[in-house]
Amino acid sequence: MAEAHTNPVEERQIDRSQMQVSDEVAIEIAGMNKWYGTFHVLRDIDLTVNRGERIVICGPSGSGKSTLIRCINALEEHQKGSITVDGTLLSNDLKNIDRIRSEVGMVFQHFNLFPHLTILENCTLAPIWVRKTPKREAEETAMYFLEKVKIPEQANKYPGQLSGGQQQRVAIARSLCMRPRIMLFDEPTSALDPEMIKEVLDTMIQLAEDGMTMLVVTHEMGFARQVANRVIFMDQGQIVEQNEPEEFFMNPKSDRTKLFLSQILGH
Amino acid sequence: MSEVHAQTVAYVRDTMIPQEAPPPTEAGAIKWLRENLFSSWLNAILTVVSLYVIYWVVSHVAGWMLFGIWDAGSLSECREVRDATYGEGASVACWAVLTDRWDQLMFGFYPSELYWRPVLALVLFLVAIAPVLYDSLPRKMLWFTAASPFVLFFLLWGGTIWGPLAVAAGFAIGWAVLRFATPVIGDLGGIVAAFVVPILYWFFAVGPIAGALGNAIPIGIEFVPSDDFGGFMLAFVIGIAGIILSLPLGILLALGRQSDLFIINKFSVIFIEVIRGVPLIVWLFTASLLLNYFLPPGTNFDLMLRVIIMVTLFSAAYLAEVVRGGLAALPRGQYEGADSLGLDYWQSMRLIILPQALKISIPGIVSTFIGLFKDTTLVVFIGLLDPIGLSNAIRATTDWNGIYWELFIFIGLCFFVCCYAMSQYSQWLERKLRTDHR
Repeated sequence: MAEAHTNPVEERQIDRSQMQVSDEVAIEIAGMNKWYGTFHVLRDIDLTVNRGERIVICGPSGSGKSTLIRCINALEEHQKGSITVDGTLLSNDLKNIDRIRSEVGMVFQHFNLFPHLTILENCTLAPIWVRKTPKREAEETAMYFLEKVKIPEQANKYPGQLSGGQQQRVAIARSLCMRPRIMLFDEPTSALDPEMIKEVLDTMIQLAEDGMTMLVVTHEMGFARQVANRVIFMDQGQIVEQNEPEEFFMNPKSDRTKLFLSQILGH
Repeated sequence: MSEVHAQTVAYVRDTMIPQEAPPPTEAGAIKWLRENLFSSWLNAILTVVSLYVIYWVVSHVAGWMLFGIWDAGSLSECREVRDATYGEGASVACWAVLTDRWDQLMFGFYPSELYWRPVLALVLFLVAIAPVLYDSLPRKMLWFTAASPFVLFFLLWGGTIWGPLAVAAGFAIGWAVLRFATPVIGDLGGIVAAFVVPILYWFFAVGPIAGALGNAIPIGIEFVPSDDFGGFMLAFVIGIAGIILSLPLGILLALGRQSDLFIINKFSVIFIEVIRGVPLIVWLFTASLLLNYFLPPGTNFDLMLRVIIMVTLFSAAYLAEVVRGGLAALPRGQYEGADSLGLDYWQSMRLIILPQALKISIPGIVSTFIGLFKDTTLVVFIGLLDPIGLSNAIRATTDWNGIYWELFIFIGLCFFVCCYAMSQYSQWLERKLRTDHR
């Protein structure tokens, strides 16, 4: 787990015209519980995410924040309660799971690009095989999103030839090629050198500006302050506090949050 | 600034040093010799001693091999030629045994007027395997690859053409069941039916259908029974069939062993452990002796076919463990990356997991293949005439009684060439597939 830091997202003017939260519910989590063996990792999670929301989830290691977002696309199984994504109830039905996964993009801490495929093939694979998009069209889409994350010139290289920041931007583009309605980020900058964090955060800000619904597990408090409309603090598998970023940082209510914030912002 | 320089406490570099060539002792042949042969006194002595040993071996063996006699009809004739040419008792090889018994070593007792069939089969096999080994060749060739097992079977064994065609039709039936029954009876039912229907067809329908068609429209070439197969042809047929059949089976077993589905998992584990835990020779005896007890009376299940099945199962169990190692070596992130994009199980295996896992497993897979190919010589114990079996038969004749080295050197050399070729191909493949640019 990378240590928390307040890496500066360079103060740039954020275009908020597309950042609108609608009334439509994107994700509905009700009374969700999860155990690893006998260990109770997530306890009674209730969370409603509306379309267009940008939620940052933070908390100490082992607080269950990664597990929470991994439950949303069924990379982890929950044992109690319900998760509804875009109106589809997450159950054991593999068809439902695959449908939800193709609607929900995910970006991982370690990128998880496919090293045996070129950047372009990484991006076109899922559209071709899952969405049955014709190859030509999938490649056009892929180039569009690679340009969007500003690395179209790397399209024919392999992931091993790219820097960490570039790989993470490819991973974002790869998810976007499936035209997801929701994006999950699992500590997207924790494995990166400080120099590269900025380029990834910039890409994520851009995505937020386009109105994407985003759930981001991160320690980048600058990003949370600027982009998020809601910050959630988790500890011991529970949601301890959630608030608008301004209030959350200036005026935390619980002692646990205060301690956490003083630890990560304090030095 | 000037103050700092004056005090020489801190340091600021104002020019960067350009790159220079290394000193002469650190480059070229001199460097190589120094590093590899004469890096210390002990190594220098070892080098000299080694050179002497190599000289001694080569000087004794090379003459024996190079001056060998190629033209004689028996060992005694060979010795007469030798005495006449090199003087009494000179030590030279008698390669004449190879020229004299060449056909037998290659084809066993296959009818000599039909030798063109195995030779053509070998050529066609090379054509069929080429697009699998080299992906720069046109993909259309894979259609021939798919048809080749039946073509090769027909060429080697002959008989009516309807036999291989009827067997091939089973695959078409399986595909049709999968294609048309799945919408009616669901995915799982479709898959099960696509396995069960062709198997039933092969067991009960192929014989009568092929027989009836053969009577109605007799097209075919002369039938050659398995008993006539021998020599390197036998080793190649068993080895190649085993290699080609065991790879997909091994992959399925490896996936089965990783599966969450209880029955598939346990079946794979038991299969692998039982097959791997018993010596191949025991399985071969099982194939030749015991299998008849389990089969319905009166069925004549070809011995060679039984051996191929046993060899396939045996190496599939090893391959499964090799492939499982490759699967385990992949980071979990690869599985999650594939899952998160919505790929289903078979898609993620085929497109993401197996290409990487198999690449990691190439050395182990090729080792298993080489082992399998060499183990084909074990069939001599159940009475099949592989090269070793034939060499025993040749040495038992009055003509060639007393000859050892020449035959075994030749057989060993042939196996070495094949195995070395496999090894070289696999190393080329590994280099080609390397995309991590370390």
